[in-house]
Order: sequence, then structure tokens, then C-alpha cells
Amino acid sequence: MLPESKVGSTEETNGANLCALMGACPLPLSDYQEIVLAHGSGGKLSQQLIQEILLPQFRNELLDVQHDGAVFSVNGARLAFSTDSFVVSPIFFPGGDIGKLAVHGTVNDLAMCGARPLYLSTGFILEEGLSMRDFWRVVVSMREAAAAAGVALVTGDTKVVDRGKADKIFINTSGIGVVPERVNIHPGRARTGDKVIVSGEIAVHGIAIMSVREGLEFETEISSDTAPLNGLVHAVLAVGTDIHVLRDPTRGGISSALSEIALSAHVGISLDEASIPISEEVKGACEILGLDPLYVANEGKFLAIVAAEEVAPVLAAMRAHPLGEKAAVIGSVTDDHRGFVFMKTRIGGTRVVEMLSGEQLPRIC
Amino acid sequence: MKYLDEYRDEAVAGKLVNELRRVVTKPWVLMEVCGGQTHTIVKYGIDHLLPDEVELVHGPGCPVCVTSLEMIDKAHAIAQQPNVIFCSFGDMLRVPGSKVDLLVLKSRGADVRVVYSPIDSLKIARANPNKKVVFFAIGFETTAPANAMAVWQAEKQGITNFSVLVSHVLVPPAMAAILESPINRVQGFLGPGHVCTVMGYQEYEPIAARYRVPIVITGFEPLDILEGVLMTVRQLEVGTADVQNEYPRVVKREGNRPAQDLVNSVFEVCDRKWRGVGSIPKSGYKLRSEFREHDAERLFEVEAIDTEESSICISGLVLKGVKKPHDCPAFGKECTPHRPLGATMVSAEGACAAYYAYGRHLQEQKRKVEQVGISE
Repeated sequence: MLPESKVGSTEETNGANLCALMGACPLPLSDYQEIVLAHGSGGKLSQQLIQEILLPQFRNELLDVQHDGAVFSVNGARLAFSTDSFVVSPIFFPGGDIGKLAVHGTVNDLAMCGARPLYLSTGFILEEGLSMRDFWRVVVSMREAAAAAGVALVTGDTKVVDRGKADKIFINTSGIGVVPERVNIHPGRARTGDKVIVSGEIAVHGIAIMSVREGLEFETEISSDTAPLNGLVHAVLAVGTDIHVLRDPTRGGISSALSEIALSAHVGISLDEASIPISEEVKGACEILGLDPLYVANEGKFLAIVAAEEVAPVLAAMRAHPLGEKAAVIGSVTDDHRGFVFMKTRIGGTRVVEMLSGEQLPRIC
Repeated sequence: MKYLDEYRDEAVAGKLVNELRRVVTKPWVLMEVCGGQTHTIVKYGIDHLLPDEVELVHGPGCPVCVTSLEMIDKAHAIAQQPNVIFCSFGDMLRVPGSKVDLLVLKSRGADVRVVYSPIDSLKIARANPNKKVVFFAIGFETTAPANAMAVWQAEKQGITNFSVLVSHVLVPPAMAAILESPINRVQGFLGPGHVCTVMGYQEYEPIAARYRVPIVITGFEPLDILEGVLMTVRQLEVGTADVQNEYPRVVKREGNRPAQDLVNSVFEVCDRKWRGVGSIPKSGYKLRSEFREHDAERLFEVEAIDTEESSICISGLVLKGVKKPHDCPAFGKECTPHRPLGATMVSAEGACAAYYAYGRHLQEQKRKVEQVGISE
């Protein structure tokens, strides 16, 4: 799109100088010369950043799995390790706040590896002028969230930047968990014949944030679904012996998460639109705002891809848990249309479900 | 959900399709005018449900797509000026001008804000009296009343730091231009439901009569589209050319009179250039001179703009219903929604972007792969 973004002589010269100075590789060709918000969307441009800039530089066999966290063994113990940063605006929203989200985010990333989360670290970047009261509220909320998820916050760091150089508060959390011996969960394990289960109603968090964003004045009762998913995952793993993939569809929604899985496992995924659980309130909000719920962020839901014979016990275990009451089978894995997600629409047509292109709503988490 | 699920019912859709199969005897080319209708068709896979005789081609009814490159470059020039807050519907942010898009300008420090309503930009103007707030007033007759209301309120409340960059377009002249074209294929129209909610459909009656084409004012839900197609094909099969209303739950023949009055008090008809199509006489709105203090084109000096369109893009032919998005060699390759080459790829309601978003380039690839597989 941007004629000027094609690397011209100036950039090439700069790139070459930089290379000579740093012994680094040249900047890969990209559509953009600057980072734009869509690079943080969880969709196509985020993938481009990962695939073209980050992966080639840090390449190793753990990173190549491209899971929500890395799983490795240390002295015979299988550990999962993950990290996540939070920049949500506003920092307090219906159903949660940035602190709670930061604890849940990393707990959930670990849970998606099949791990039992144990320890978290946290790093705060605070903007000069942030009210002490707001900071206190966030810290208390993190303590409560950690206690509820059964994890301990064991190390941390705090930095302060000039007013205007950050927006109130940014939080990073990292975490470690242990992975039980028989558990082997990663996106590459989706197999033909598997079923796709979602743990509850989708698109809640994104709409909750949207409802309080400055300028929108969209009045609704929708609260974020942010929640620690380790308890629900534990319940699923207790009954299911053949769980192949777990994924929490945060930014980019279930469409982006499933597209990524279809690509990395080289399988097709077929969805049935009518069976995807969405609350009436969220449906209404999406209709009014022109958003497709398949692309809206979730913070307390996950997708499970399981062997067909595991569906009944897994679904029963989910529905018996307060966070999984609305769990439903929404599709299946097929050897047709490998690498793509197809969906049977409500009126019986078919369409492809693509990864999010562009940015639907920045700073959602 | 009440009032929506009823219009997305698989069983009723099946009945309408069966009735269409029973009625149709020969091939017909229908154009849905609105981008919103195109979106529904592709999102629900409606064109794949229709009998082979019925071909849907996609019309010029995406206002984001048809906003001229000159106007977009002008918007970019204004957004980059100091002390300006540039407000726009979200769809316009990714639309490429000759050089960049508003997203990139934003990343370079321009104060670009997305609003859901022009009235929100008026609020921003009130809250920032030392800034110049400009709203990019684009759209068909559908968005004209709200845009007119913002200008009217600004004038009435004495908000002097609010202006609009007007690039409004009108549907009936565009339909006439399509029908006048020597390469026209369109034999019947699904008319623009939301435009007619505001304007009514009296002004479509002379078009139907003059060009002998049936026009069925149609809604945006899957069953609306199927019913609109059925009503149009029924007319074509018996040889009538009337304006019919498929969307009476929203559209009245006379339209919304107070909205029309407001629009007419703020705007007047002018010639307008359409991206991908060219200039169409009397096909747009501009501000009346009484509101010149709110006219961004007058208030901001913008240097002469030299525009440059992609040479491979066929969006002009797509907008006229002559070609389909996947007829273009660049579709889904050089041209994608985050690197659009032309009008129809830039907005979610553009035909090419709708085809891309719902994976038509992939379905097409898959079909080709399967064909190769079979022939081997």
C-alpha cells in the first residue's frame, strides 16, 4: 500500500551502516516502516511481526512450537514458562482491572500448556502522576487474583516514566508452572476427526472494554469475563486423557486462534456458526457496533481440541464447573481445506474464517 | 436475537431458494447496490445457494471505497496540520491515499480520532476550544442527516472550531451511470435499503421506467437478500420493470421527511468524482454557503494534489458490476486489506475486501487445486 515504504536507498544505506556497526542482519522488508497499532492486534500484522522479525532472530526448538508458553524439562521436572504484558485502557472496567487481567493472562497462558501455574513475577511501568489510590487498587486486585488462582507473586520490578511517556500503568507478568507427565498439549497436535470445544460464551471482554471507552458512551451491562482458567483446565485434564490443543482466544478472538492452529497443525477446521455460544447482550452490541464476535477478545474462555471420544466427558466436566456452564462443541478438525477455517453459516452457506486483518480495537488487554 | 434471528432462518432461506429455482427459466444478472448487502451475501455464502441462472454483481454502494483519492489526500494534508484533531469513521483510517493512510499519520503523531457519530466530534470540538476539529463527512444519503445535524448544531451553538470535509455521494445518479455504460450487464437491482429509509424510493421510479429495469428496495439480512433476489427475478421473468419494496419494515415510499429537510437545509447537490468510476454529474452533496464557516475545504489551505492510482487495479470495473474481485490478477496477492491497491479493497464493505475477509481467494485457490487434481 505504501509506495514510500519500499526500502529505498536511504534506508538501505542506514541499514547497511547499522549492520556494519552492530554486526546484525538487515531489517527485513516490511509493508510498514513504523510500528502501527495493528501490529498489536493479535491478527495478521502481529503474526507478521513474530514470523518476520522475532522468530528468525531468536529461533530455537521451544520457540518454534509457537504455543502460549514454552514447555521444557529441568532435572526431570516438566516446566511451563510464559509472559504477557498489559496496556489496557481504561485501567478499571466492568468486571475487572488491569491488575486482575495481568494475573489471569499469564495464569491462563500456563494453563493452556496444560500446566499447573505456581509462581508469577510482575513488572510495573508507572506514569508520573498516577494516583497512589489507583495504584493501590490495582495492587490489591492483583493480590486477590493471585490468591484466587492459587499462585504466588514471588518477584517484581517497578519503573516510573515521565508524565505522558506511558498511559497510567503498564504491567508485565511472567509465570512458571509444572506440567503433569502424561500431558502433551500444543497447537501442532490437532488431528483429523478431533472436535473443537469452546468453554463458554465468546466476545465478552472486548465488548465490556468497548462499552466504557472514551467517546463511545455505549450503555450496557456487559462485564468482562476475565477469570483464571487453571481450575477449569485442571477439571478437564482430570477426565480427558486425549486433549490435543488448548488455546485462550484473547486478542483477535476465536477466529484468529483457530486460524493459527489450522496453520500450525496443517489441518482444516470446520465450524458451525449456529452452535457458537454468544450472549444476547454481546450479539446486540456487536450488531450495533458492526463487530464480528468471532474477532472480539476473550479473557476467560478457552478452546479445546480433543479426540472425538473425549468430547462427552470433557464437556460434562466443563459444564459442572462455574466457568464452563455454557461450554459447547462448535466444530471439528478435518483433512479437507488444510490450513484454513471454514464455517457453515446460519442459513446454510459456507465461508472462510480468516485471521483478523487490521486492528479492530486497540489496547484491549 | 429478536428481530434479527427471524431474518437468518435456515428453513425459510431454503424455501426462498426453492421458490427461486421454480421461478427462474433463464440467466439474469442482478446488482446489489449497497456494500452492506455485498457483505451479507459473502458473509453468509448466499451467492453459493442461488441457482446457476442468477448471477449477483456487486455495486458501487460502499462510500468509503468511492471517496476520491484527491479527497483522501486532502484529508491527510489537513490531518497533518498543527493544532488539528481529525475525526473520522474507523473505516477511513486504512484507506490509502497517494502516499500513506491515516493510521500511519497517527503513528507519526497526527491527532486522528475514530468516532462512531459526527456528533461525537462536535463534543470533541467543545472540549478542545483551542484546537481545530475536522470531521471527514463521507457517505451516501444514509449518513447525510447525522452529518448535517452536526454542522447545523455547530452553527446554532456557535462552535467555531468545528468543520467538516464533505465528500458525500448519491445513489440514483450512480445507478443511472451504470445503466448508461456501453458495457453494462446489469438487468435488475436490489435497491439500497438504508438510503431509501432516509430518501424514500420515489426517485427510483423514473430510473426503473426509463431504463426498463426492475428495482427492488432490499434490506440487509440474509432473508432480505434472498427475498429481494426472488422479487427481482419474478419481475424479470414476466417482463415488468417496477420499483418494489422488500424492506417495508423500515422503508416508506416518501422516506423520512424531517431528515430530508435537514439535509436540504445544510447541503446542496453538486458534481462529484467517484474513486474508480470518475466524475458523475449531480452525484454528491456539498455544504450550502450559509455554512461556509464550517467548510474544511475552504478553511484549510491544501497544496495542489497530484494523485497516483495503481495501474493494475480493476476496481472501476468491479464497481460497475463488469468484473468480479477474483477476476483481478492482484486480488489476494499484491492487493489485500492491509495493502489495498484500490477502492474496492479499502473498506470492509468494498466488494474485494468482503471477498477477501470471507476467504473467497482461498476458496478459489482450493477450487483450482481440486480441478487440477481431478484433471490429473
